[in-house]
Amino acid sequence: MSEEKKGFFARLKAGLAKTRDNIVRGIDSVFSGFSAIDDDFYEELEEILIMGDIGVNATTRIIERLRGQIRERHIKEPSECKQLLIEGIREQMRVDDTAYDFEKEQSVILVIGVNGVGKTTSVGKLAGKLKDQGKKVLIAAADTFRAAAGDQLAEWARRAEVPMVGGNEGADPASVVFDAVNAAKARGVDVLLIDTAGRLHNKKNLMEELRKINRIIDREYPGVHRENLIVLDGTTGQNALVQAREFGEVADLTGIILTKMDGTAKGGIAVAIQSELNVPVKYIGVGETIDDLQKFNSDDFVNALFEI
Amino acid sequence: MAFESLTEKLQNVFKNLRSKGRLTEEDVKTALKEVKMALLEADVNFRVVKQFVKAVEERAVGQDVMNGLNPGQMVIKIVNEEMITLMGSETTEIAMQPGKAVTVIMMAGLQGAGKTTATAKIAGKLKTKGKKSLLAACDIYRPAAVEQLQINGKKMDVDVFSMGTDHRPVEIAQEAVAYAKKNGHNVVILDTAGRLHIDEDMMKELQEIKEKVSVHQTLLVVDAMTGQDAVNVAREFDEKVGIDGVVLSKMDGDTRGGAALSIKAVTGKPILYVSMGEKLSDMEQFYPDRMANRILGMGDVLSLIEKAQESIDLDEEKSRDMAGRMKKGKFDFEDYLESMRQMRNMGGLSSILGMLPGMGGRGADLESMVDEKQLKHMEAVVLSMTKQERRNPKLLNPQRKHRIARGAGVDIAVVNRFIKQFEQAQKMMKQFGGGKKGRGRFGGFPGMGGRLPF
Repeated sequence: MSEEKKGFFARLKAGLAKTRDNIVRGIDSVFSGFSAIDDDFYEELEEILIMGDIGVNATTRIIERLRGQIRERHIKEPSECKQLLIEGIREQMRVDDTAYDFEKEQSVILVIGVNGVGKTTSVGKLAGKLKDQGKKVLIAAADTFRAAAGDQLAEWARRAEVPMVGGNEGADPASVVFDAVNAAKARGVDVLLIDTAGRLHNKKNLMEELRKINRIIDREYPGVHRENLIVLDGTTGQNALVQAREFGEVADLTGIILTKMDGTAKGGIAVAIQSELNVPVKYIGVGETIDDLQKFNSDDFVNALFEI
Repeated sequence: MAFESLTEKLQNVFKNLRSKGRLTEEDVKTALKEVKMALLEADVNFRVVKQFVKAVEERAVGQDVMNGLNPGQMVIKIVNEEMITLMGSETTEIAMQPGKAVTVIMMAGLQGAGKTTATAKIAGKLKTKGKKSLLAACDIYRPAAVEQLQINGKKMDVDVFSMGTDHRPVEIAQEAVAYAKKNGHNVVILDTAGRLHIDEDMMKELQEIKEKVSVHQTLLVVDAMTGQDAVNVAREFDEKVGIDGVVLSKMDGDTRGGAALSIKAVTGKPILYVSMGEKLSDMEQFYPDRMANRILGMGDVLSLIEKAQESIDLDEEKSRDMAGRMKKGKFDFEDYLESMRQMRNMGGLSSILGMLPGMGGRGADLESMVDEKQLKHMEAVVLSMTKQERRNPKLLNPQRKHRIARGAGVDIAVVNRFIKQFEQAQKMMKQFGGGKKGRGRFGGFPGMGGRLPF
C-alpha cells in the first residue's frame, strides 16, 4: 500500500469512526446482548442499520437476506451473524471492473447534483487527478447561476493547472456546454469535465435545463465516452435516493461521487443507493485537498466501516 | 412543500383510522408502526421517532380516546400535538440587542449547508424590520466565498465587509464590528467558513471569534436533507461553540424535513427560519404548529393569509371591485393581469396550492399541474393587447389576434385557445357569482388547464 493510500484510508477510517461507533457498537451489543435469534433481535438490528442512514428498504432487504442465510445454515448464535451481515453489505457495494473505463478513452464527464453537495470542489479535484495521470483536461464552468461559482472553479482550475471555459454569471449554461464540447473536440482534449449549477431535483425548469445540456453533449459529440456523475453529500439522508432517481430521469447516471465522508455517521446512504438504484459509487471524498478524492473500493469501505 | 411524501404516507395511515368507529389497541399500534416507518424514511432521528411514537401511544391507548366518539380523529389530533411539541411549541425570533446597540450574529455550519446564502437572506429579512445589517466575510478558505457574499449583499442592497483572505477570521470579525459601530449598522452578520463538527481546529476558530467579539446570537445552518446525523452535528456545534438557534436550508426540496423534527427535540434549540428557495427573498419564519399541520396535510392557511397580507399591497377597494366584477362575469384581462401579479408576489401558484388543506398530499403533482411558463405566455398575450382590448375582449377580431400573437411571440392558436378559455372562465365565475365570496378569486384561470379544484 502506497504512502498516499495509507493516509487516505487512515482519514476515511477516522472519518467513519463515528459511523462505526454508531453501527458497530450497536451491532456488537446486539450480537452479544441477545442470547437467541428472535424477533426482538432482528428488530434491534433493523433499527441500528436505519440509524446509519441505510434506509428502511435497504435495511429490510439486508435483514431478509440475513434471515435466509441463518435458516439455511442453521445458525443459532447471534455472534455468528456479524460476519454474515458484513459480507452481505460488502457484496452489495462491489464496484464493476469497467467503472473507470472513461479514463482510457476520450470522455465527457458531466457533474450534477443538488446545491451545496460539493460539485465544484469535486470537479476541481478530479481535474487535478486526471491531469496528474497525464491526461489533457478541460473544465467547463456551466454553473452560471450561483454567485461567484465561476471564480471558485477558476481557482481550482488554476491549482490543477488545467484550462477552463465559461464561467460568466448569468450566461446560458447550455451555450457554455455547447462551446466547451466544441472546444474539447477542436483541442483534442482527453477529458472534458463539466461543472453544473446545483439544482433541486424537484425544480422542473432546472431539470429540463439539465436534460437539454445532456442532449447537447450527445448531439455535439457523438461517440464520446459519456459519464454522468451525480454528487451526493454523504451526510444526506434518504433524500439522496430521491435525488439520484430524479437526476437519473433527465440524464442517465453512470456513477456517484459521495462527498463529505470525513464527517460523522454516514456511509449508510451509499449502501441504500447501491441497493435501490444499482448506481455504483465511483468516487468518495474525505477532505478538502485534491488527494482526498479517491476511487471507491467496497472492500476498503466495508473494512473501514466495520474496522476489520 | 418540504413534507409532501411524509404527508402522503400519514394521510394513508389516518384514512384507515378515520373510517373506524371503534379502535382497538391493535389498531393504534398498527397505525403507529406506519407512522414510525414514515418518519424514519423522512430522516427523523431514530431516537426521536421512538420517543415520539411512545408519547403518542401512551396518550392514544387510554380509555377516553378509544371509547370516544371519533377515536381516529382523536389519534390524529394527538399526533399533531406531539409533533408540535417536538418542533418547539413557540415561534422564536432572533434576539436583538436593545436600543441602538449592535447585534452580532454568527452563522455556522457544515460545508455546503447554505450559510452564505442564508446570511444574505437574514439580512434581507431584518431589513424589512428596519435594521441596517453589515455582512462580514469571514470565510477565507473556500475559493470565491468572499465574492459570493459580496454579490449576494449587493443583490440585497446590504453592505458587505471584507478584508480578503489574508487575515484571520477573528480579526475580520473584530474589524467588522468596529466598522459597523462607526457606520451606523445595528446588525453584524458573520459569514464563517463551513466546517466539520469534529474538526477541532476549525471549531476553535469559532470559539475564538465568540470570545473576542461579543457574539449575541450563533445560528447553525442545517441542510434540511441531512440524515440521521443532523442531530449529531447540531449537538456538537452546540456543545463546542454554543448555538442559539437553527436555520433550516433547502426546504424547497422534497420528502424530507426529518431534521426539522429532530433537532429541536434533541438539542432544545429552536428553529428560527426555514430557507425555501433560490431567490434571496425565500426565507420564512418557522412556525412549529403550522409546520405540523403541513406535515399532516391539514394545510397551512395561516401562512397563506399572512403571505397574502405581506406581499400584496391589498388595495381593499380594488379587490372588492374585482370580486364584484367577477360575480357579474365582467372579469376582464386587466383584472387577470392584476391577479397574476398578486399571485406571483405570493411566491407563485404551486407554493400557494401547497398551503391549502388537502393539497399538501397532492404536492407531487403540483409542479406538473401548474406550468408557470405557460402562465408567462398567457401574460405575454395579455400584455400585447391594447388597454381597450383588455377591458373589452369583444373587440378581438382575427386581425387583432394576429397582431397579438406576433407581439407575444406565440402561435395564433395559443391566442385563440387562451381567449376561449378565458371566456369559459368568465361564464363559470358568473355561475359561481351567487356562491361563496372570494371563491372565484383565482378561479379557473386559463393556462391551468382548468384542473384546479377551486
